[in-house]
Amino acid sequence: MARIVGSIMSTHVPAIANALDRHDETDPYWKPFFDGYEAVHAWLREVQPDVAVIFHNDHGMNFFLDKMPTFAVGCAPEYRHGDEGWGIPTVDPYPGHPDLSWHLAETLVGDEFDVTTCQEMLVDHAVTNPMKLLWPDGGVPIVPVTVNTVMFPYPSAKRCFALGEATGRAISSYDAVPDLRVVMIGSGGLSHQLEGERAGFINKSFDLRFVESLTDDPRWATQFSGEDLVKETGSQGVELLMWLAARAALIGTVRRVTWNYHIPISNTAAGTLVLEPTA
Amino acid sequence: MGEQVATSQQEAALGEETERHSIPGTIIFDGTEAKRGYGLNKMCFSFNEEANRNAFLADEDGYCRRYGLTEAQRDAISRRDVLALLELGGHPYYLAKFAGIFHLDVQDLGAMQTGLSKEEFKARLVEAGK
Repeated sequence: MARIVGSIMSTHVPAIANALDRHDETDPYWKPFFDGYEAVHAWLREVQPDVAVIFHNDHGMNFFLDKMPTFAVGCAPEYRHGDEGWGIPTVDPYPGHPDLSWHLAETLVGDEFDVTTCQEMLVDHAVTNPMKLLWPDGGVPIVPVTVNTVMFPYPSAKRCFALGEATGRAISSYDAVPDLRVVMIGSGGLSHQLEGERAGFINKSFDLRFVESLTDDPRWATQFSGEDLVKETGSQGVELLMWLAARAALIGTVRRVTWNYHIPISNTAAGTLVLEPTA
Repeated sequence: MGEQVATSQQEAALGEETERHSIPGTIIFDGTEAKRGYGLNKMCFSFNEEANRNAFLADEDGYCRRYGLTEAQRDAISRRDVLALLELGGHPYYLAKFAGIFHLDVQDLGAMQTGLSKEEFKARLVEAGK
């Protein structure tokens, strides 16, 4: 049986790609952010995952507004980083794990989560930045799970939590590869808003309350509607849904391995969190 | 009868406006916005390809017309007016690709939309962390 070793939640701000490209890790602006990944790297060396399942949202790369799945599972042999249009450096493709992908798709649909399957899938900074942050010189095969936070209606926080739980159960029932070690990634957040007169909105107290809840009261955020979350965390702060799903995949109690929070990176309250199951 | 229709239409319009701005300075991008901004966002989506970015730069208005942008949208594109483009159904993720052609980053855009200088906008972000 496969085993989930833990969940890593990480901001995916585009500017990170430029900072990595310039090797700005020790620059005073970036250091408080990048320092948060040292403990994550140490944990990854310890748990040695074989594959990463990533909850992420698309930003006008693989999906346009013509067809917008609420939930999609990447089932591709590899995931190429597309040209995002505004000039961040592209990275080499990440290999997929199609067998695990199809197992997830079949199990999730069997569990009444009617996901879209994608045998071709371009990825953007929401996949590549966390991967580069976690594995600067390599990586592991990935299975992206896309959650729509591009256009309303968004799936509810409650539904995203349930998707996370179902994904966790599906991974745990995967036995085609003996003892496969899987790490979950929740990509995005925390509070930020890019557009409108409210651009630059950040809500530190909500972020901290949310992150606290993930350890001991993980369903806390399921009380909020999509619009509530926009109000509390900013239009793009709703990416915390990825964190919620990645936490829910760790069914049962968890321990916080490391946590870092820094304002601002670009327009965003940047967060890095690792949780591991205690059961 | 005619007046009543006009009134209810006005009320509906007002209701929609209120709903669009129930969170100040924020447009909830839903089906109404997706319809309103379809051509505009489709054009911006095309900017994922360099050849299309170059084609836009070579003939901006002609490129806009190919995607069926309304006159108001074409005007806002020519003025680089991000707030107007949002009001006209532009989606922030797609508009970012338009802004990227002119090497504007999200902090340039933040400053433009809030009427602050870039330095003032960045200072406001730092303040939010205290």
